[in-house]
Amino acid sequence: MAKSKSAYSDPGKKGKLDTHIIVVWVDNEAGVLARVVGLFSGRGYNIESLAVAEVDLKKGISRITIVTTGTPQVIEQIKLQLGKLVPVHKVADFMRGDKKIIFKEMALLKIVADASKRNRAIKICKKFNPVVLDKTQKSVVLQITALRREIDTMMGDLKKFGLVSVSRTGAVAMTRGSEIFK
Amino acid sequence: MSKLYTGAEIVFKCMEDQKVEFIFGYPGGAVLPIYDELKNHESIKHILARHEQGAGHAAEGYARSCGKAGVVLVTSGPGATNVVTALTDAYMDSIPLVCISGQVPTHLIGTDAFQECDTTGITRPCTKHNWLVKDVKDLAKTIHKAFEVATTGRPGPVLVDIPKDIQFQKTKYTNKKKKKELNGKTNNRFSQKDIEKLVEMMGKAKQPIFYTGGGVINSGPKASQQLRELVSISGFPITSTLQGLGSFPGDDNQFLGMLGMHGTYEANNAMHDCDLMINIGARFDDRITGKIDEFSPKSKKVHIDIDPSSINKNVKVDLPIVGDVSDVISSLIKTIKKNKPNFLKSNNENTSKWWEQIAKWRSVNSLNFINSDKTIKPQYAIQRLYELTKNKDTFITTEVGQHQMWAAQHYKFNKPNRWMTSGGLGTMGYGLPAAVGVQIAHPDKLVVDIAGEASVLMTMQEMSTAVQYNLPIKIFILNNEYMGMVRQWQELLHEKNYSESYTAALPDFVKLAEAYGCVGIRAKTPDELDQKIQEMINVKKPVIFDCLVDKEENCFPMIPSGKPHNQMLLGPNDQKENRITGKGKTLV
Repeated sequence: MAKSKSAYSDPGKKGKLDTHIIVVWVDNEAGVLARVVGLFSGRGYNIESLAVAEVDLKKGISRITIVTTGTPQVIEQIKLQLGKLVPVHKVADFMRGDKKIIFKEMALLKIVADASKRNRAIKICKKFNPVVLDKTQKSVVLQITALRREIDTMMGDLKKFGLVSVSRTGAVAMTRGSEIFK
Repeated sequence: MSKLYTGAEIVFKCMEDQKVEFIFGYPGGAVLPIYDELKNHESIKHILARHEQGAGHAAEGYARSCGKAGVVLVTSGPGATNVVTALTDAYMDSIPLVCISGQVPTHLIGTDAFQECDTTGITRPCTKHNWLVKDVKDLAKTIHKAFEVATTGRPGPVLVDIPKDIQFQKTKYTNKKKKKELNGKTNNRFSQKDIEKLVEMMGKAKQPIFYTGGGVINSGPKASQQLRELVSISGFPITSTLQGLGSFPGDDNQFLGMLGMHGTYEANNAMHDCDLMINIGARFDDRITGKIDEFSPKSKKVHIDIDPSSINKNVKVDLPIVGDVSDVISSLIKTIKKNKPNFLKSNNENTSKWWEQIAKWRSVNSLNFINSDKTIKPQYAIQRLYELTKNKDTFITTEVGQHQMWAAQHYKFNKPNRWMTSGGLGTMGYGLPAAVGVQIAHPDKLVVDIAGEASVLMTMQEMSTAVQYNLPIKIFILNNEYMGMVRQWQELLHEKNYSESYTAALPDFVKLAEAYGCVGIRAKTPDELDQKIQEMINVKKPVIFDCLVDKEENCFPMIPSGKPHNQMLLGPNDQKENRITGKGKTLV
C-alpha cells in the first residue's frame, strides 16, 4: 500500500450493512423535510426510499418513513442525529426483516396492450391486491401494494404484457397487533 | 387594548428581555428598520464590524469569554453569506450565537430580488436550527425560542431570518414563556446506577486518565471547579483537548498537557496505554484519536457528554453517561465521598506504578526546542509572553496554524473562558475579531490574539473596529512569512515542495498599525523581546506586535498521519539522539 500523505486517517474496515426503516414524527412546518433529508446527505447516509405526509392535522404532525442502509453504528447515529433536530418529536427504527412490522409500498402501473394481455397482467398481479383505477379500449391503470422487491419483480414480469409507465411510493410501516410505535 | 409594536421594536424588546447588552453587526437594506430602532434602546450597544464574518467571530469571542449567547445582526444576501463561516465555526465548537438576518420583503422571496438569497437554506447545515419568520405574530415567540435553542443542551448557533415587511408590521408583544421542554430534549439522562458503576471502575483502575474537553467549559465555571475537586480526590492524571484548556490548571502536577496531534508525549502515551479513560465533555475528534483502530486499545472507555449523538460516533465506549458535565461530576463527587471514604489513598496505591511510567514519559520533555540567541524562536516568544502576562487575568485568542499549537503548548491557562481558539473548523482569521468580542465583554482585561501573519491578514480590517471602540487588543503576530503549518506539512509530506505557502508581499505591520490609528511594535531579536512585550502590555491602545521569528521552525511533537498515539515524532533534540532517518520521516 502506498504511504499516505494525508493528515487524515485511512478509512477503517467497513462493517456489514443492514437495511432499516426509520420512522420520524415531526412538526409539519416549512423546511422540515429539507432538514431531515439534508441531515442524511450532509452526513453521507443513504436514503433508499422516503414517504411523508401529515398524520395529525390538529397538532400538525407529519410522519416520515425512510428506508436506509448502514452499519449498526451508522443507524444508531442516524437515530440520534434525527432526535436532535428541533422539530422532531420521536424516532423509531426497525430492521427490514422484523416480523412484528408491516411494510408496504404502492405502485401505479399503466399497461397499454390488447385485452388478453391486459387480463393476464391483472392476473399476475393478483397476489398484490390489484385495483383497476382506469380502463380504456387500449389501456389499464393498475394499483398494487407490495414490498419493494415484489414490485421490482412485477415490473420485470409485466414488460411483455405492455407495461409502459410506473409510478411508485416509498415504503410505509406499521406495527402488527395492538401495539403502537413508541 | 395592549400596545402594538413593530417587528423591529419586537426584536429589541426580545433582546431586552433576554438581557442582551451587545450586538455585533453590519447594516444593510433589509435590516434598516431594525437599525432605525436601535436609538430607542439604550441598554443595547451595537458594535459595528467591518465585515459580517468579523461580526460573527467577535460574537463568538464574546460568548466564549463570558458564557452568554453572542448576538449578530446582518443584512440579507451577502450579509448572510458572509456570516456563514462564523456560524459554521460556532457550530463545530458548540458556541451559542443568535444571528438575526434581514430578508427581502415576503412578496419578493423567490423572485431573485436584490440582495436576496435562501438564507435559511444556506445556513441549515451550519446552525442548530433556523427560522424564516413569515408572520409578525410569530416573531417574539421565535426569537425567544432561538435564544433557548442556542443556549441549552449542547450550545450552538441559530439564525432568525426576518423579511423587511415583517420588521414594519405591528402586533402585540408576548414575553418569553416559562421554560418548556423542547420536544423532550432534556439534558440529563443518566442514573445513579451509571455513576456508581463509574465509581466502581475508578476504584479498580490501575492506569486511569481523565480526558477533558470543551464541554467542561460550556457547562459553566462551576464545572471547572468541580473538575478540579474530582481530579484531586481521585489522584488520577488528566489531559485536555485544545478546547478544554483552562478548565484545569495548566501548571498543576496532575495535568499532562494537551493531547492529540500536537499534544505532549506523556498525554498521548498515557491515552494509548491507559486501562480506564474517562472522557468528560470531549468528542473523540480525529485530531485527538489518530488512527482509530489502534486508539487506546487496552482501555475501558467512559464518555460523559450532554449530546447523545456524540456517544459511539467515532469511538465505541463501555459506559456512556449523557448529561451536563457539572451535574454528572457533582453526583460523582457525592457518590465517591459517600461510598469510598478512602478513595484517594487506595487509588494512590493502585496507580503508583502508572505515575512512575508517566514520570518517565515526562522526562522526554517533548515540548523542548533548541533555542537561539540570534533569532526569536516562536516557542520562546510564547513562553516570554506567558511569563510576562501570567500574573494578570489574561485572555488569549488565536488564529489557526503553528502559532495556535505553540500557544496551546506553551501558554498555561488556569481559568476557564480565557482561551478562545477555532478548533473544529480551524478558521484562519478567527482570532482578531474574537479578541474584539472578548475585549467588549471584559473592557479592563488584557486580551492578546496570538496570531500568524497569514491568518491575521484574513480579517485585518477588524483593527478598525478595535480603534473605533477603543479596544486595546494586542495582536501578537509570530511572523515567519510562511503559512507555517502548510509549510511544515509540505516539508514533511510533500518533499519540501513549498507550493504557494510563502507570502512574498507582506505589508509592513508597524506602518499598517499606524495607518489604522493604533500602535505598531516590532521585535527582531531575543534580547529585545521582553522589553517590547512589556511595552505592548503597557500601551492602552490596540497594538499590532510584529514578532519576527525563525522562518523554518516546525511544531513538535506530532502524531504522523494514520498513526496511533504511541508513535509520535519528537522535536529536533530527540531526532538527533534517535536518528530518525529518511525512512522514519516518510511515516509522517
